[in-house]
Amino acid sequence: MTSASQRLWRTSPLTYLALVLAALLSIYPFYYMVVIGTRSLEAINDVPPPFTPGSAFSDNFGRVLDNDAANFLTGLMNSVIVSSVVTVSVVLTGSLAGFAFAKLRFRGRNALLLMIVVTMMIPTQMGLIPLWGMMQSLGWYDSLAAVTVPFLVSAFGVFMMRQYASQAISDELIEAGRVDGASTFRIYWNIVLPALRPAAAVLGLLTFMEQWNSFLWPYAILTPENPTLQVSLSFLSYAYYTDYSQVFAATAIGTLPLVIVFIVFGRQIIGGIMEGAVKS
Amino acid sequence: MSLSATTAPPSPAPPPHPTAPRRRRGSLLNRLDLKYSPYLYIAPFFLIFGIFGLYPMLRTAWMSLHDWDMIGDHSFIGIDNYTRLFGDEYFWNALVNTFGIFLLSTIPQLLLALFLANLLNRTFLRAKTFFRMSIFIPNVVSVAAVAIVFGMLYQRDFGLFNWLLSFFGVDAIDWNGERWSSWTALATMVNWRWTGYNTLILLAGMQAIPKDLYEAAAIDGASQWRQFWQITLPMLKPTFIFVVILSTIGGMQLFTEPLLFANGNILGGDQRQFQTLAMYMYEMGIVNLNTAGYGAAVAWAIFMIIVLVSLINFVLVRRTAK
Repeated sequence: MTSASQRLWRTSPLTYLALVLAALLSIYPFYYMVVIGTRSLEAINDVPPPFTPGSAFSDNFGRVLDNDAANFLTGLMNSVIVSSVVTVSVVLTGSLAGFAFAKLRFRGRNALLLMIVVTMMIPTQMGLIPLWGMMQSLGWYDSLAAVTVPFLVSAFGVFMMRQYASQAISDELIEAGRVDGASTFRIYWNIVLPALRPAAAVLGLLTFMEQWNSFLWPYAILTPENPTLQVSLSFLSYAYYTDYSQVFAATAIGTLPLVIVFIVFGRQIIGGIMEGAVKS
Repeated sequence: MSLSATTAPPSPAPPPHPTAPRRRRGSLLNRLDLKYSPYLYIAPFFLIFGIFGLYPMLRTAWMSLHDWDMIGDHSFIGIDNYTRLFGDEYFWNALVNTFGIFLLSTIPQLLLALFLANLLNRTFLRAKTFFRMSIFIPNVVSVAAVAIVFGMLYQRDFGLFNWLLSFFGVDAIDWNGERWSSWTALATMVNWRWTGYNTLILLAGMQAIPKDLYEAAAIDGASQWRQFWQITLPMLKPTFIFVVILSTIGGMQLFTEPLLFANGNILGGDQRQFQTLAMYMYEMGIVNLNTAGYGAAVAWAIFMIIVLVSLINFVLVRRTAK
């Protein structure tokens, strides 16, 4: 035996068996999405159910595109716009405020920071009903502003950036900038923001995923004429719940972007989540 | 999460003082920069949060004290909405459903997560990153997509679950027709999406436990199983409380899975057999605009329940896992 395989089996085979099983169960529904999304509708009623992908994807997805009950493409575009704008804004406002809380001194700093922490514990649904009314009065019903503006800042984002900034950026570095005559904003832009990059990337990824998948609020305030992707999927599934191949083709396409993001950046995302857990 | 806090940006106060070491730049602009920049930098957060987070939340409280029609009039009725809640059978129904699904999802999920985290914590495990990534991937999928996929797996006539059960001689189950079966189906969706996330959080907690504790125990001849009970579990307590509270907040707000499982019917099945609290709030506040005040009372009730359940969990976990 090589030393590598000796080391391998120092962990019991049963451990691997359990983990492989867990991995398969986690991945299977994705695979199933692909199987049904690429099968013709007739194949779905087969007994036993189909287990391998078919070749009807373009036909299925064609029906999605022709379907004006869900406006899938509009939804896809809207989700790209909303998620991107929110992500950029959350990272910028979060790093700006996080920098201020970590490295600048001002009166009320601790009280305000405490407020932000408390804020993170409060469930999002609490303000739903009045917010809906506010959007009506602002004339934002069924508009992208309604699903973008309220989420441009995030308490979690401020807190995360503050934690990272206080350990990653030394006071000497800021002082050096001051001695060179840099303004506070210049220090933020040229010194702090570059140093925050790793944390900013994780925050950006988490924010993008959260926005892409967000459902309740967009569902409440948007209509099928101007949906986000998730809202579009829900209406598609209501209206065509018998046409599973169409619904699954759309769901697979809607899930694909995040799966790609996850395959590329999964390490960072997982690292960020695990680090956040230990700190809180 | 994105809601609430208190008070608007602070009134500009005198600067903290000659904090930063003195430097020779004394121009007015520099002094202003030092004094007000911090407030300017936190202002965007507090401004947007104040308007779209804090204000609606306080307004929910205000609305809940009114008979409030979103597109009509409103009149102050004190705590009538709250007393009405106690006698409202649909509210109790939603409460029972929410708790039923919550228990069916949280308990197996946390046990499984604990088990998997323990496996992933083995020192010589190969392909660590692969396993971590694959168990986390369900959390990347949107809730809507999960509900759509599982909705079909639970389909009565050609769903995969009924097909598998048929080998054990079980007749086709109408999963969303009955209370217990719909709870089970919904709990599966929640479990599938969140077990991996909780596993990673617990794993992070396990890895923060000092290694020498285990080494000392091993020298004393403690088995792996015993080490798990005597070291891992007690040391994991803070992480476990965190995970339980997160699950509570999520579980009490369950909305998307049951809504899509009911094909968009906000009642959650024709007998309301799986209408959750969040769905009831939505029904009262947004579907029926004329009962918005009552919907707001439901929202506050959900919040109170979350606080209460979190506190109970907190006390229980602290006590037992000594």
